[in-house]
Amino acid sequence: MFGALADHTRRDIVRRAIDADEGIVELASHYPMSFAAVQKHVAILERAGLVTKHRIGRRKVVRTNLEQLRIVRRLLDQYEELWRGRVDRMRDLIDLSKETTR
Amino acid sequence: MTVTAVRKDPQNLSMTLETEFDASAERVWQLWADPRQLERWWGPPTYPATFTKHDLAPGSRVEYHMTGPEGDQHHGYWDIVSANAPYQLVVRDGFSQPDGTPNTDMPVGTMRVSIEELAQGRTRMSIESLFPSTEAMEQLLAMGQEEGMIVAAGQIDAILAEDPVAGR
Repeated sequence: MFGALADHTRRDIVRRAIDADEGIVELASHYPMSFAAVQKHVAILERAGLVTKHRIGRRKVVRTNLEQLRIVRRLLDQYEELWRGRVDRMRDLIDLSKETTR
Repeated sequence: MTVTAVRKDPQNLSMTLETEFDASAERVWQLWADPRQLERWWGPPTYPATFTKHDLAPGSRVEYHMTGPEGDQHHGYWDIVSANAPYQLVVRDGFSQPDGTPNTDMPVGTMRVSIEELAQGRTRMSIESLFPSTEAMEQLLAMGQEEGMIVAAGQIDAILAEDPVAGR
């Protein structure tokens, strides 16, 4: 479920569900895959808190949780900073070992 | 710039970061394989890491903790999924209790390290991280991330300026 196509599909679902009132059946019609496959993608997004299902009358529509999307983006940004710090320290260590072997 | 590419994917709670070093693959591998070297880069100076158990053989468990400025300790572990020196390392990483036993209440993530030799003695390293949940991300960032908090404060403007509908 983590292949490039899956990434693309989930990204697209999140984008569509920002302002469209579509249920899983309508969502599934946009992709060249089975209803079950789309349902699985939605379930993964739901578990990550990125989409939620809302009841409108008799229908259940999938909506993007923008607040959660912002939180995840912010966490990923912080995680990137953490690794940038690590990479800087790795480089320092490599440079240091070059000096001492010279 | 030492980091050559970063790809962040909120939909999968994942990030891939690529970097290049002016060193051999063997030298870059040592940064992971030698616990004393690992300790010098894993945590920031304010939150140094101590690896108390370290063996990169598949099936082994690596144990470490990070010590904060107040003497607070945060424990974590890696379960080695596969290791192919000096090119690849895959670990499942999780959090531990203060006594070092894995905290089974918290789901584990995956970290995949790939090391590839380029021309002229250069080496590319890519780190792919896959998080099981936002809670795990938060806890991981809380371990040794005073710096992270400062960065976060500076990012508020960028977050507010972000238009989630952009790119449609």
